[in-house]
Amino acid sequence: MPDTHFYRYDDFDRTLIAERVEQFRDQVRRRLSGELTEEQFKPLRLTNGLYLQLHAYMLRIAIPYGTLSSRQLRKLAEIARKYDRGYGHFTTRQNLQLNWIKLEDAPDALAALAEVDMHAMQTSGNVVRNVTADHFAGAAADEIEDPRIWCEVVRQWSTLHPEFSFLPRKFKIAITGSPNDRAAVRVHDIGLRLWRNEAGEVGFEVIVGGGLGRTPMIGKTLREFLPKEELLAYLEAALRVYNRYGRRDNLYKARIKILVHEIGAEKMREEVEAEYAAMKDSALKLAPETIEAIANQFAPPPLPHRSAIVPEVERLRLEDRDFALWLKANTNPHRLAGYRIVTASLKPAGAPPGDASSVQMEGVADIADAYSQGEVRVSHEQNLVFPHVVIEDLPSVYAALKRLGFAEANVGKITDIIACPGLDYCALANARSIPVAQRISNHFADLARQHDIGDLKIKISGCINACGHHHVGHIGILGVDKNGVELYQISLGGDVDFGKTAIGTILGPAVTADKVVEAVDALVATYLEAREKGERFVDTYRRIGAQPFKERVYAAV
Amino acid sequence: MPLFRLNPKAPEAPALTLANTDDVLQLGARLHGVKLIVLNFPKFTDGRAYSQARLLRERLGYQGELRATGAVFLDQLPFLLRCGFSSFESDQKGFGEALEKARTLFSVVYQPVGDGRATAAELRLKRRNLTVPLAAD
Repeated sequence: MPDTHFYRYDDFDRTLIAERVEQFRDQVRRRLSGELTEEQFKPLRLTNGLYLQLHAYMLRIAIPYGTLSSRQLRKLAEIARKYDRGYGHFTTRQNLQLNWIKLEDAPDALAALAEVDMHAMQTSGNVVRNVTADHFAGAAADEIEDPRIWCEVVRQWSTLHPEFSFLPRKFKIAITGSPNDRAAVRVHDIGLRLWRNEAGEVGFEVIVGGGLGRTPMIGKTLREFLPKEELLAYLEAALRVYNRYGRRDNLYKARIKILVHEIGAEKMREEVEAEYAAMKDSALKLAPETIEAIANQFAPPPLPHRSAIVPEVERLRLEDRDFALWLKANTNPHRLAGYRIVTASLKPAGAPPGDASSVQMEGVADIADAYSQGEVRVSHEQNLVFPHVVIEDLPSVYAALKRLGFAEANVGKITDIIACPGLDYCALANARSIPVAQRISNHFADLARQHDIGDLKIKISGCINACGHHHVGHIGILGVDKNGVELYQISLGGDVDFGKTAIGTILGPAVTADKVVEAVDALVATYLEAREKGERFVDTYRRIGAQPFKERVYAAV
Repeated sequence: MPLFRLNPKAPEAPALTLANTDDVLQLGARLHGVKLIVLNFPKFTDGRAYSQARLLRERLGYQGELRATGAVFLDQLPFLLRCGFSSFESDQKGFGEALEKARTLFSVVYQPVGDGRATAAELRLKRRNLTVPLAAD
């Protein structure tokens, strides 16, 4: 089995995870015996990833910075088979959810996770959540530095943080190391963007107060440039200001974005900088040896020089249209010319976005072992990624993915839909999301048509909490409940690309479930007629505005 | 309400009782000579007093007793202890036994806070410094 090329737990990490499992086992025992009330138990189970859903408990497993070894993925498949119904759901926060867990099994499932250095800590609750990163980290051609080094630093610091385990609300941090932001750093509680300044030093732009949910907001830059070794001091300062002053009177006004909005970015900066000034040069300052030791573990695998032009691949590209489309949509440039980054689409036509069976997970693990250094990534777009594939191996990877049903050439296209679990699973939802996604996916299944339509991001949330990120979809779809009827509100023009991050604008009155496909069809038709050369859907929308789209949609539904 | 104190002989006066919205950095002279500060958890999910405790201990150098009152449950103990609390009011069953075990519940900590415990990062550095010269032999 290949070595991993990301952070490996040492005895300290393993001990802590094991102790945590035992603590939770005791908490579950006390809950089952009635010693703990549900109210007392709730925050305890939440910080161990256990939600109570509509029909059963759901376990949300952390996949730190979306990076998995094949061994870990096989264990996830095994856990899904043993404690659930043989499948799992990859989420927009690079986690894996099992939807049918029994409370009494949860400690054993966590113990099984710990066997492969994994856990479900802080995937829920009012704490710093699992830190997310660019899913192409360590492989992308445009990367300045691997953001996962810093995610791991933050993971350790935030794990069981004694001061920040009862924050006003959940706290999400994302880190990108590339100018092309694939981690959506402007819509997180804190977003960190690595960049190189004029002096040639790499540091962080610190962005605070972004988020989606009921009150979507684009984050504000608190610090243009933060030296890397100061990261934890600065984060601790920001979290302390939030813990002290964040609102706790209203659940919906408790995120840091509301604090930043109410006191203003200037005042927020002043408070955080004052706190930081008192903390910097403390024990939080990262020792160079500590950074180096973690960075070394993310050292890229030795990838020998390989040819970028492979006649067999070229021949297949010309002969097999589907393969050609797959190459175009589902592979991305690697920092080495003889390699590609391959995305396995978890969105085959008509399937629930992000679902994978245990058999499929094991199949993906096999592909990773054979062709991608034993490594798999989870993207926030709910797909799986093979970071280091030799170009010569692409036909084999394509064939293997096809057998698993994960070779749909639709990455970034109209059927690569992000959807939350919605009313089929979730206790908060007002409307179903997955069936809507499935209907759109079936309607636009034709690959040639999808590629003609080009890059188009549809994101669907089943309620205002926006887990499906509808605010930042080129087309956003939000399920609402009106007098017991599920309706869908459509918004246009959202975007998460760095420098263009935008919240979509509502198009008009909500439409019924059976009209969503017609509405999307009308939007696409408007675009196809109006587009100018090279324009994506969202570019055309920006140029011509909402009116032509609106007219056509409401004539159609 | 049952009271649990790490140091049962510590003086309890003069005492100061604070709301969790009070800014401890503004206490100034009011802190002078105080031997007991009582911090409140109106709900156990309201974590403001953790920040107050750390600021009192680590920023202001307060050495007296720091008491947690209100909704104080045994599952908070590892956090409370690390933030510098030294006494606890709680009527939860098993609280006393849990207090005895709380310090060893987690033998590894990641965050440098004022409780003097060596973090995993510090222990790793120490181990590295011990092993590097040996490896060079």
